[in-house]
Amino acid sequence: MNRHLLSVEDLTSDDALHILDTAHELSRITDGAIRKLPTLRGRTVVNLFFEDSTRTRLSFEAAAKRLSADVISFSAKGSSVSKGESLKDTAQTLEAMGAELIIIRHGSSGAAARLANSGWVGAHVINAGDGTHEHPTQALLDAYTIRSHFDKRGGNLSGIHVGIVGDILHSRVARSNALLLTKLGASVTVVAPPTLMPIGVESWPVNVSFNFDEVLPQLDAVMMLRIQSERMDESYFPSEREYSRMYGLGSNRMKLLKSGSIIMHPGPMNRGLEIASAAADDDKSVILEQVQNGVLVRMAVLYLTMGGPQLISEGVTP
Amino acid sequence: MTFTNLLLHNARLADGSVVDIAVEHGITTRIGSDLANAHGFKTHEKIDVNQKLVLPGLVDLHTHLREPGFEGSETILSGSKSAVKGGYTAVSAMANTWPVADNAGVVEQVSRLAREAGLCDVFPIGAVTVGLKGEALAELSAMANSAAKVRIFSDDGNCVSDPVIMRRALEYVRSFDGVIAQHAQEPRLTHGSQMNEGAVSSKLGLKGWPAIAEESIIARDILMANYLGSRLHICHLTTRGGVELVRWAKGQGMAVTAEVTPHHLILTDESASGFDPIYKVNPPLRTSADVLALQDGLADGTIDIVATDHAPHPNDSKDCEWSAASFGMVGLETALSVVVKTMIQSKKMSWEALADRMSTAPARIGGYSSHGKISEGSPAHIIIVDTTGAWKVDRELMASKSRNTPFHDFELPAVVTDTFYNGVQVLRDRNFTGAKYE
Repeated sequence: MNRHLLSVEDLTSDDALHILDTAHELSRITDGAIRKLPTLRGRTVVNLFFEDSTRTRLSFEAAAKRLSADVISFSAKGSSVSKGESLKDTAQTLEAMGAELIIIRHGSSGAAARLANSGWVGAHVINAGDGTHEHPTQALLDAYTIRSHFDKRGGNLSGIHVGIVGDILHSRVARSNALLLTKLGASVTVVAPPTLMPIGVESWPVNVSFNFDEVLPQLDAVMMLRIQSERMDESYFPSEREYSRMYGLGSNRMKLLKSGSIIMHPGPMNRGLEIASAAADDDKSVILEQVQNGVLVRMAVLYLTMGGPQLISEGVTP
Repeated sequence: MTFTNLLLHNARLADGSVVDIAVEHGITTRIGSDLANAHGFKTHEKIDVNQKLVLPGLVDLHTHLREPGFEGSETILSGSKSAVKGGYTAVSAMANTWPVADNAGVVEQVSRLAREAGLCDVFPIGAVTVGLKGEALAELSAMANSAAKVRIFSDDGNCVSDPVIMRRALEYVRSFDGVIAQHAQEPRLTHGSQMNEGAVSSKLGLKGWPAIAEESIIARDILMANYLGSRLHICHLTTRGGVELVRWAKGQGMAVTAEVTPHHLILTDESASGFDPIYKVNPPLRTSADVLALQDGLADGTIDIVATDHAPHPNDSKDCEWSAASFGMVGLETALSVVVKTMIQSKKMSWEALADRMSTAPARIGGYSSHGKISEGSPAHIIIVDTTGAWKVDRELMASKSRNTPFHDFELPAVVTDTFYNGVQVLRDRNFTGAKYE
C-alpha cells in the first residue's frame, strides 16, 4: 500500500480490493462489543479542510477516533488561510505541531498531490476531495457498498452496471468512481446533459449517455450526483424544473428501475432536484449505508496508509 | 567608448560557408575568406571561431522584463543578461509592467534602463489600451513618436477582445506603420481556465481552455486586419486550427504574421498530470497533434518566428497548488537549444531557416533594422554557437532572476558560447565579459 492516497488513478485493483477487504474485516471486528481499536494510539492525524464539508470531515474524524488517533481539525474559515497564508506554510505549520497524516480537502484540483509530492512535508497525505479532480475515499466507500449488496464480497464487481448521473463535468465523485468501479470490473455509464459532460470524456473507460430513461432500466446501481444550482446561472441548464424532469430521479422514473437495483447518492442531497424523496427514502436507497460504510473504509485507508501490518509488528493489534 | 576591432576567423555561416568577419567600431566592415592574413587586419583582435556556427544575434519579439514594478522577478539588467546568454541581441519588453507601458513616459524609461545596461537592445512594446483594460486606446502615437519609437503594440496577457477597440487599434497604427500583436484568447470562453481542454483536463479536473477560444479570435482578427489593410501579428500560436487559419490567410495574401514559443514546440498538456505548476502557462500547452502542426508551420514559414514569451515569476508563485500559481515560464536561455532539438535535429528545418525564424524575420516584423543580419555596413550583432555541444539546464545557473523553467535537468543540444552586441563582446565562452556597449 502506498504511503499516500491521492487518487484512484494511483491504485491497482489489488490495492483497492485490499482496502475493501480490510474495511470488511474492520466491520466484523467493530460489530461486536469492541467499538474502538488501539491501532493508531499516540498518532496525530490532521483534518485540513479548506472547503466546508461537514460530513466528510466528521466521517474521517470518526474513523481516526475509532482507531484511537489524536485528531486535530483545521478549517480554513477564520484561520490564517483567510489571511492569505499559503498551503505550503499551513501544512508545514501543522506538521511542526506533530501531524503525521494530513487529510486534505481543497478547492484546487491537484492540491493533495502537491502537498504529498512537493517536499513541503513528510506526513502521509489522504485526499478528501481536491477541486473537480478526485475524491478517492468516496469511490472506495461506494464500491464497498455496491459489493456488499451484490454478494461480491471478496471478489470484484464484474457484471455490475453502474450509472453515474448528473454534473459529471464538475464532479470529483464521478471521476473517482468511473476509474475505481471499472478497475474493479464493473461497467459504468455516465449520464448528463452535454453541457455537464467534460470535453474529453471519450478517453474515460465508461459509456456516455445523454438519455437517462434509456440507461436506467439496465442499471444495477444508480448513483445520483448533487447538482449545484449556481450551474444554472452559468447556463449549463435552463431551469431546475427542466433539469429535474430530464435527469432527476423522481417517482415516475422509479418504475424503470430493475428489481434488486440500488439507489446511491454521495450527499448532501437536493431533495426535489436531482433526487425526489420518493427515491431517497425508498427501500432501494442505500444512502445511509454509504455514510456508515464511509467510516469503515476511511478506517481501512488510515490504517493501511500509516503502515498497515507494520503497525501490528510495532506491537499494536487491530 | 573605445571599440576593439575584431576579426572572427574561420566562422561558419548558416549556409555552411566559412568566412572571416571583420568588425570595426562596432560595425561589420568586411566578410571574406582568409582576411586574417590580408593587409589591414593585422592589428585586429583575432578570435578563432574554429568553424563553429556564427549567426546574427537572435531577436525576440515577446519578452517580459518585469521592470518597472516587479523587479523581484526580473529587471531590465537581469533580463538583458538572460537574453545575452541565450544568444539574443534584441528583445521586446512587453507592456504589462507597473505602471503599465501605456504612455511615452514608461516606454522611454524602459529604453533608458536598457541603454544603461548596455548588453542588448530592448525595444519596448506599448500597450494597446489604457492599463491593458481593453476599454480605451492608449496614446499610441505618443509612444510611437517618443524616444523609444514604439512600433509594436500589445495588451499581451490580455486579449483585445472588444471588436470595436481592436478595429480602432488596427486602423490607428497605420499612420506610423505600427503592428498590433494580439494575444488571442476569447475571455468569456476561458474564464478561470487552467489548461488545455481535452482528454487530460477531463481526467485532472482542471478547467479547460478550449482551442476555439484562441482560434475564434485569430479568425476574427485576420479578417478584420485584411479588411482594414492593417498589419496584424498573432502572439504565441498554440493550436493546429490556428496554424491552419494563418496558412489560409497567407494563401489569400493577407498581411498577417505569427509566432510560436519554444515550449509549445516541445511540451504537451500531458505535462500537467503531476499538477506541477511549472507547466502552467498562458496560452496552455496543447496536445501532441498541435505540437506537430506548430513544428510543421514553423518549418514551412506559416509561422514566421519563434518568440520566447519569457515570463519570469518568483518561486512562491510556482511553489503552490496549480490554481494558485502564476502562468508563465522563462525562456530566453533555452530558446535556441529547444528549437535546435525540435526543428534541426528532427531535420524539419535548416540552420538558415532557423536564423530566419529567430533573427531575420522578427527583426523585419519589429522594424529593428540594425538586427537580423550579418552584412557589411551593419552593426555587429553576432553570436557564436557550438552546434556539436550539449548542456544540461540548471535553473540555479541561469542569468535570469527567476527560476521557473520547465527544462531544468533537460539535456539540450547547441551551446551559445559568445555574443557580440554592437561589436562589443558581452559573452565569451558562456561567461559575461563585463563589457557593455555605451
